[in-house]
Amino acid sequence: MIRKILCGAGALGASMFVATAAWAQDAAAAAAPTVDKGDTAWMMTSTILVLMMIVPGLALFYGGLARTKNMLSVMTQVGAICAVAMIVWVGWGYTEAFGDGGNPFIASFSKALLMNVTPSTTAATFTSGVAIPEYVFICFQMTFAAITVALVLGSVVERMKFSAAMIFGVCWLTLAYFPIAHMVWAGNGFFFAKGALDFAGGTVVHINSGVAALVACIILGKRIGYGTEPMPPHSLTMTGIGTGLLWVGWFGFNAGSALEANGSAALAMMNTFVGTAAAGLGWMLAEKLAGHKPSALGFCSGIVAGLVAVTPAAGNSGPLGAIVLCFLTSFVCYLAVTKVKAKFGYDDALDTFGVHGIGGMCGAMGTGVVYSAALGGPSGDSWMGMGAQLLVQAETVGTTIVWTAVATVISIYIAKALTGLRVSPEVELEGLDIGEHGERAYNY
Amino acid sequence: MKFIIAIIKPFKLDEVREALGAIGVAGMTVSEVKGFGRQKGQTEIYRGAEYSTNMLPKVKLEIAASDALAPQVVETIQQAASTDSIGDGKIFVLDLASATRIRTGETGDTAL
Repeated sequence: MIRKILCGAGALGASMFVATAAWAQDAAAAAAPTVDKGDTAWMMTSTILVLMMIVPGLALFYGGLARTKNMLSVMTQVGAICAVAMIVWVGWGYTEAFGDGGNPFIASFSKALLMNVTPSTTAATFTSGVAIPEYVFICFQMTFAAITVALVLGSVVERMKFSAAMIFGVCWLTLAYFPIAHMVWAGNGFFFAKGALDFAGGTVVHINSGVAALVACIILGKRIGYGTEPMPPHSLTMTGIGTGLLWVGWFGFNAGSALEANGSAALAMMNTFVGTAAAGLGWMLAEKLAGHKPSALGFCSGIVAGLVAVTPAAGNSGPLGAIVLCFLTSFVCYLAVTKVKAKFGYDDALDTFGVHGIGGMCGAMGTGVVYSAALGGPSGDSWMGMGAQLLVQAETVGTTIVWTAVATVISIYIAKALTGLRVSPEVELEGLDIGEHGERAYNY
Repeated sequence: MKFIIAIIKPFKLDEVREALGAIGVAGMTVSEVKGFGRQKGQTEIYRGAEYSTNMLPKVKLEIAASDALAPQVVETIQQAASTDSIGDGKIFVLDLASATRIRTGETGDTAL
């Protein structure tokens, strides 16, 4: 199922075409959409679940992977960029992505500072005539923007200045996230109009953040001692806790993306269980086949790779399709993280590109396959149309990669011009916790 | 008097302490240390990045004993700490010039 999002008073789910304001008003006059309390309660719950994925989920997942001396720096960057994204979202993010009208690349700025939004305005769902309060939709989408920009920071930790991370975040959200969210999810968006499938953000969140992470870490450069001194995770216990919080929170992310408490949400929930499970086991199997021990970090990495892959497919695949898709994605991500990264030598510190970028691409392309009714997906077509769908998916993935890469280059250089981008070697060696925040994570 | 330094496997500490208590050793100092011998290190792998740790955690015991008790202490530690595998550790015995109990000022064997 493709999101049909046209926000604002009176915009109906059925209005697939670019609507003029007058048309929208006519439609509103014809039938005011129903706001269901069950849907609203579920969407509010989902929104909070996504927040839990970031603080503390992602903060702990990433923090545990960093070294002891950088634990607080990682957690603080994740938390603070999440807060920055919320403020920016209210300022211009929401309207840039989901405001009225606009063009295929960004919406209009008529809802800057949430102007014209009231407790009685609504956002359309996928069911004609059913809506949710617009504030709930704004909050839900706000958490997506927040986690996406926080994900990007995974590749640049342990060496990027706190101030640089914040400025980069604001620029990147504006230049990359909001436009791509609009293109994929808004009714008049560039990819949406082509029929691209992205249930909960495989392209918008994962390819977007993964590619940005790769570009950012290449421009920033490697950590001092990368490849020559040991940099093992300081606490896989924390990473394990973070993984659990991510998985649980992801039900809000995926099942919440149905925008209603219905069968589509149920399908997304099902897939978020079993696809993820298959990927967690898949990564450990890959380790075993490579001659190593099945590891705790491998399990956690597989879980996240599976969650990434199932994101675009959540409501667009049957459970068996999701299991196969996530299992295979886990193997591909394993190779990306263990072989490709080593071969090219870039320092994607916490493997944001390897897991989210590559996993997101596998998920986006795989969704074009498992969507087919012949494979148990919810598409009306059987094998027919799979080729065309794959073409649309590939076009979306390719355009997103180029768009976000360019936006990331611009954003990083703005941050560099304003802050210098990277901490001094002294601070890097002593750790960013003391150097950037004046604290230690652990005082025994 | 003898000063006995023993490097043993950490999980053997309780057994050694009990065995020494049974032969009348009244006190010891214990520290967590790292080192290597024939056992070498171990390899850790995180997402494909391999790190070999060549230092392994061990426990170091320091015991001061009278000349009469010292051979028995060494034998007891050797038996209690042994697992018949490499990495079980070593026992070193040094001559001890003097010992003083801080509280009373006693010296020699009575201070032990």
